[in-house]
Amino acid sequence: MTASLDRSPLEEQIAQWRLYLRSRRAIHGPDVEELEGHLRDQIAVLSEAGLAGDEAFLIAVKRMGNLDALSREFAREHSERLWKQLVIAPDAADEQGKPTLAETLVVLSLAVAAAVTIKLPALFGFQLGGGDEPFYARNAGLFVLPHLAAYLAWKRGLAVVTCVWLVLPFAAAAVFANVFPFGTGSDTGALTALHLPIILWLVVGVAYLGGRWFAGGGRMDFVRFSGELFIYYVLIALGGGVLTALTMMMFKAIDINAGWLAEGWLIPCGAMGAVIVGAWLVEAKQSVIENMAPVLTRLFTPLFTVVLLAFLATMVWTGSPIDVKREVLIAFDLLLVLVVGLVLYAASARDRQAPPDFFDGLQLLLVVSALVVDALALAAIAARISEFGFTPNRVAALGENLILLVNLTWSAWLYARFLRDRGSFAVLEQWQIAYLPVYSIWATFVVVLFPLVFHYR
Amino acid sequence: MELGKDLVAASATPLVLAILAEGDSYGYAIIKRVTELSGGHLQWTDGMLYPVLHRLERHGLVAAKWGASESGRKRKYYRITKEGRAQLGFQRQQWQVVDSTLRGLWMKACTT
Repeated sequence: MTASLDRSPLEEQIAQWRLYLRSRRAIHGPDVEELEGHLRDQIAVLSEAGLAGDEAFLIAVKRMGNLDALSREFAREHSERLWKQLVIAPDAADEQGKPTLAETLVVLSLAVAAAVTIKLPALFGFQLGGGDEPFYARNAGLFVLPHLAAYLAWKRGLAVVTCVWLVLPFAAAAVFANVFPFGTGSDTGALTALHLPIILWLVVGVAYLGGRWFAGGGRMDFVRFSGELFIYYVLIALGGGVLTALTMMMFKAIDINAGWLAEGWLIPCGAMGAVIVGAWLVEAKQSVIENMAPVLTRLFTPLFTVVLLAFLATMVWTGSPIDVKREVLIAFDLLLVLVVGLVLYAASARDRQAPPDFFDGLQLLLVVSALVVDALALAAIAARISEFGFTPNRVAALGENLILLVNLTWSAWLYARFLRDRGSFAVLEQWQIAYLPVYSIWATFVVVLFPLVFHYR
Repeated sequence: MELGKDLVAASATPLVLAILAEGDSYGYAIIKRVTELSGGHLQWTDGMLYPVLHRLERHGLVAAKWGASESGRKRKYYRITKEGRAQLGFQRQQWQVVDSTLRGLWMKACTT
């Protein structure tokens, strides 16, 4: 360094430059540090060559390049950071931020169409609340998800050919939901109702990604979209509940029973329309509000870890084995789903470049404790599997347990590598994304093969 | 002579990988090496290197680690991974095809 005289103005200039860089939303803290290190290296070399501090600073800044272009490049590489702001280009942000009149019309008509769709079977004698609930349960996804896919296809401007390809899975789903002669109380029928939406959600994802599932890095955006949509949906449902209760109460005051209106129209139509409106809100408001799913993840990861550890400790302390009942396997499936969800949403919100921190350690602890708990449950079940025999529910639950177990085991391994600085976080994120279709493939097995194998039991 | 923008962009990946294959390095040193090797013909806008490095990191071709510079400041060092070396070999074949094709054409242009 030269004289101490020109040192402090230079530091001031660098501080200003850093502040300016920080205001770019696509460039995050560690990146700013990295770029600042580069700037300082450059300044040091130029000063050694005989330039004064401010001259060196000017040249170094110039060499760094236009900051608009630079933050655009960063935005391209780190598209996940712009989920909140969507400012790849200022003019594009204006277009995307405000819903146009055309979009409002499309959304409203699709919401109405979804509401009408769920009332259509009533014309053919299928009554909601008249013993045809299994039919409605099996077709629940088909009432609304095609409309949702249509909205996304419209929004992304998909080609007609792609749209035709998107229609095919829905048509196939409609066939498999209704062609098998499921009896009343049929387990395989109930499994179809549970698994069909998982398949169709992947189709919605393809529509969301503009018809390409594997190209580009948008799959994590779809995961975020799903989480936000779920949260919006719950909020809308809460509001809808208040609306329904108020309607009933008000009509009761004038001695009219509005139960048929609520049960037959308000709730089913509202439940369908809310999906489309929720999706629209997520698409339109993503630039306005904070993401909720990652916040909830951060909130609940420590809590679930504590619960799991407490469970394990109690088991060891009291020595009481897992009582293998009918629901045990399903309970542990749900536990694994939840842990996978927490890992997935934690990954969706994490800055890939950031070094491992306390929360990552907590995640690993959560995953490992979930694995241990699940291994104990599986061992207990395996010990008595011969007594059970194979029913569709048990095979489905066992299959799902296995799929989630594989995901979590590998996630734990990748987390451990990441924490010991042997691998990057991006690998973990890629693993989670790559695993998404596996759920849908398994669901396809359940929907297509189980009814045949188990004779519609 | 300044290279066109597209060519600079296309050559960024093999250049960065090849330099990291020589040994671990960091942003500023990579740029210095490129300028040095190309005799100053290949001028990168300094900042643009970093999105490229982050992309390679996301694809698992390089790994990054925060360390300290000689003056004790924090500095991010990059290291080529096994996948990165494989990709480098692949890129090398591709560039050799382009190179030999162009060479063939230009040799013919010279002789006729």
